[in-house]
Amino acid sequence: MVSRFSYTLDSSLESVNKVEEAAEQLGQKSGLDEDGVFQLSMAVREAAINAVLHGNAYDPQKKITATFENTGSSLIIRISDQGQGLDPRHLPDPLAPENLLNGSGRGIFLIRQFMDEVHFKLLHPGTELTLIKNLDTTQNSA
Amino acid sequence: MSMKISTRQVDGVTILDLSGRITLGEGSVQLRDAVRELLAKGQKQILLNLADVNYIDSSGIGELVSAFTTVRNQGGELKLLKLTKKVHDLLQITKLYTVFDIKDDEAEAIGSFKQS
Repeated sequence: MVSRFSYTLDSSLESVNKVEEAAEQLGQKSGLDEDGVFQLSMAVREAAINAVLHGNAYDPQKKITATFENTGSSLIIRISDQGQGLDPRHLPDPLAPENLLNGSGRGIFLIRQFMDEVHFKLLHPGTELTLIKNLDTTQNSA
Repeated sequence: MSMKISTRQVDGVTILDLSGRITLGEGSVQLRDAVRELLAKGQKQILLNLADVNYIDSSGIGELVSAFTTVRNQGGELKLLKLTKKVHDLLQITKLYTVFDIKDDEAEAIGSFKQS
């Protein structure tokens, strides 16, 4: 059965934590194992950080939106901001030797590692990240 | 949700016992401040005990890297002790496992620091 819920939140760390908790609960309810729940919640946390910190730059006038959907075969999470827009083609590779000791720049990389699909959409203004985690439909899940 | 840090000295090495989460906001800032404070006091041999760190995000990973480079640039050494599986896996994915000197045994870790 398809389930869907969404939040519109301030650009704050509290919002990041709320979105992360929602992802954790969705993962648990959807039958992901412990590692799967960790990967999902971390990827969603990183996407929320990206929206709050890099997208909206903590601007109290700007909101982030988080939408969570279980289609039965996959979990689809969309996180959007109202910032200047992120072009994923211009992100430095955090594994490149010259970037390895950088103090930042690993968030999108980790999202890509932990999710089955990641899509970027420019919203003018803002960016929407769509994260997809496929469910193991060969097992019974909630 | 936040992180706790306690400090102890063993044979000239400062051990920071961290517990909780190292994440954007409180955890990362606490770690940065603690390392800066040690460097200001001239304590440049630092061992971060991560045995009780159950979560770290990209900001926390970045803070570990920044602490490592800051200490090294001041002629000191910063090493990691007792990683949990999650932190271990994250450092492997980000190729940082080979950057840090990581130990499982505290006595061995203490002995591995250069004598100042």
